Amino acid sequence: MKQSILDTESEIIEEFEMFDDWTDKYQYIIDMGKSLQPLSDNEKTEQNLVRGCQSQVWLTAHTEGENVVFQADSDAIITKGLIALLVKVLSGNTPDEILAARLEFMDKIGIREHLSPTRANGLNAMVTKMKAYALGLKSLKG
Amino acid sequence: MSIKNIEAIRMDFPVLHQKVHGKPWVYLDNAASGQKPLPVINAISEYYLKYHSNVHRGVHYMSQLATDKFEAARKTVQHFLNAEHDHEIIWTTGTTEGINLVAATYGRKFLKEGDEILITGMEHHANIVPWQMLCEEKGCVLRVVPVLENGTLDMASFYELFSDKTRFLSVVHVSNALGTLNPVKEMIKHAHSKNIPVLLDGAQSSCHFAIDVQDLDCDFFVFSGHKVFGPTGIGVLYGKTEYLEKMPPYKGGGEMIETVTFEKTTYAGLPFKFEAGTPDIANAIGLAAAMDYIHSIGWDVMEAQEKFLLEYATEEILKIGGIKLYGTSPEKCSVLSFLIEGIHPYDTGTILDKMGIAVRTGHHCAQPLMGRFCIPGTVRASFAFYNTKEEVDALISGLKRIKTMFL
Repeated sequence: MKQSILDTESEIIEEFEMFDDWTDKYQYIIDMGKSLQPLSDNEKTEQNLVRGCQSQVWLTAHTEGENVVFQADSDAIITKGLIALLVKVLSGNTPDEILAARLEFMDKIGIREHLSPTRANGLNAMVTKMKAYALGLKSLKG
Repeated sequence: MSIKNIEAIRMDFPVLHQKVHGKPWVYLDNAASGQKPLPVINAISEYYLKYHSNVHRGVHYMSQLATDKFEAARKTVQHFLNAEHDHEIIWTTGTTEGINLVAATYGRKFLKEGDEILITGMEHHANIVPWQMLCEEKGCVLRVVPVLENGTLDMASFYELFSDKTRFLSVVHVSNALGTLNPVKEMIKHAHSKNIPVLLDGAQSSCHFAIDVQDLDCDFFVFSGHKVFGPTGIGVLYGKTEYLEKMPPYKGGGEMIETVTFEKTTYAGLPFKFEAGTPDIANAIGLAAAMDYIHSIGWDVMEAQEKFLLEYATEEILKIGGIKLYGTSPEKCSVLSFLIEGIHPYDTGTILDKMGIAVRTGHHCAQPLMGRFCIPGTVRASFAFYNTKEEVDALISGLKRIKTMFL
């Protein structure tokens, strides 16, 4: 049985609770970013771009059975690490599950400063694009 | 003149004595905005506490007092720029509005289809977009002086770009993204030899050294109050009388009129022709306090400290290795724009913030310039006279740490 979005969120929250200080936390995010499978250059298209001010994010989605699978990349490692967390939580779930996700883990692991809409590649913009993909894929199936 | 040491100067800036993310705050984003010394904060609150009234219209005591202080502030700015007349000082909301005002009044009235406007490749967006808007409206053409690899202007191209259609030169005095101090006197002299007026964008110069608009001989000079350690929301347009007089008003409303009937309105003289509505009285007074403060410290003291910080930081940052500087002009202000090779500026800025160090990252509102260097942006540390050697050391050790985290 697949892991629910909430369970993955809890897992991440637990991991972050083990970090004593910000360096460990950011080192973890950096390592997540480095280990995220990069997109190929021909997938880094205008269409896949999440508009941001300082760093660029590309996001693709396709379905495998019932589930949506996300892939993402960024030119900045911290941004890439943050989106890797989102991919880990949301990828492999159904469109309805993705659309219903509240993603409270972002608050709980203390990365709220990345949520501001003016912040370069606010996570909000990424979440919105991921949910838009889910909605689009749902209507294609529907 | 009393010469204060840096520690004493820092006591004048309450905002500097704080912790961010549990660490002493190191503010190295002065090119974005300067911090405010107590005399500025006090001047603004004193105005609201003791003599706030509208200016230029009341017969009552407080209105007269507010008017006197407000007009005294204009004189302070006049002396700050060494302008010939106080009516050549027009209050604006900042550099951006100053340039828009000139483009929308002088530009609309005197430029026509096919005329050429000359700017440089290191302008920030405020000295690009207003001219592009004018070009779209009037069919003028924007010409751009290229930037060389070391961040200086290609002066050979500058001379070549003048044609018999060139009608206006608008140029940045000091580059916000690179720190380059441009040879503006030479540029102004050349433009004037062809009877072309020149606007100097002083947003980044007016906080680093004394400005003398008569010596520069520029026709317009614009800057923002908040960058010269004054309040946000206020700025100045200086214009030579001969130009300001022949320009039409910018905004319509109260203050800028002489008589109004429904058939015909006649306009007030300078400077009020360009100051429709109730002005930003409190911040004009605050800006004058900032200029008085600068003079009390002394440009020589400020320049010496900034020169020391820039030289020390440049030397130390190059010792780290794997760092590329952008803007290495021999003539530059205390701005250090750089990239750690292999690390995105956003990543560097995010981790520096976690260390309590405030820098600017990104394109610095000068996207064409970043395009010139084929980079998404830089990390920019910009120093003011109240920054210390220890703060540069914090930046350097932060950058070393970042290299180990990412590479």
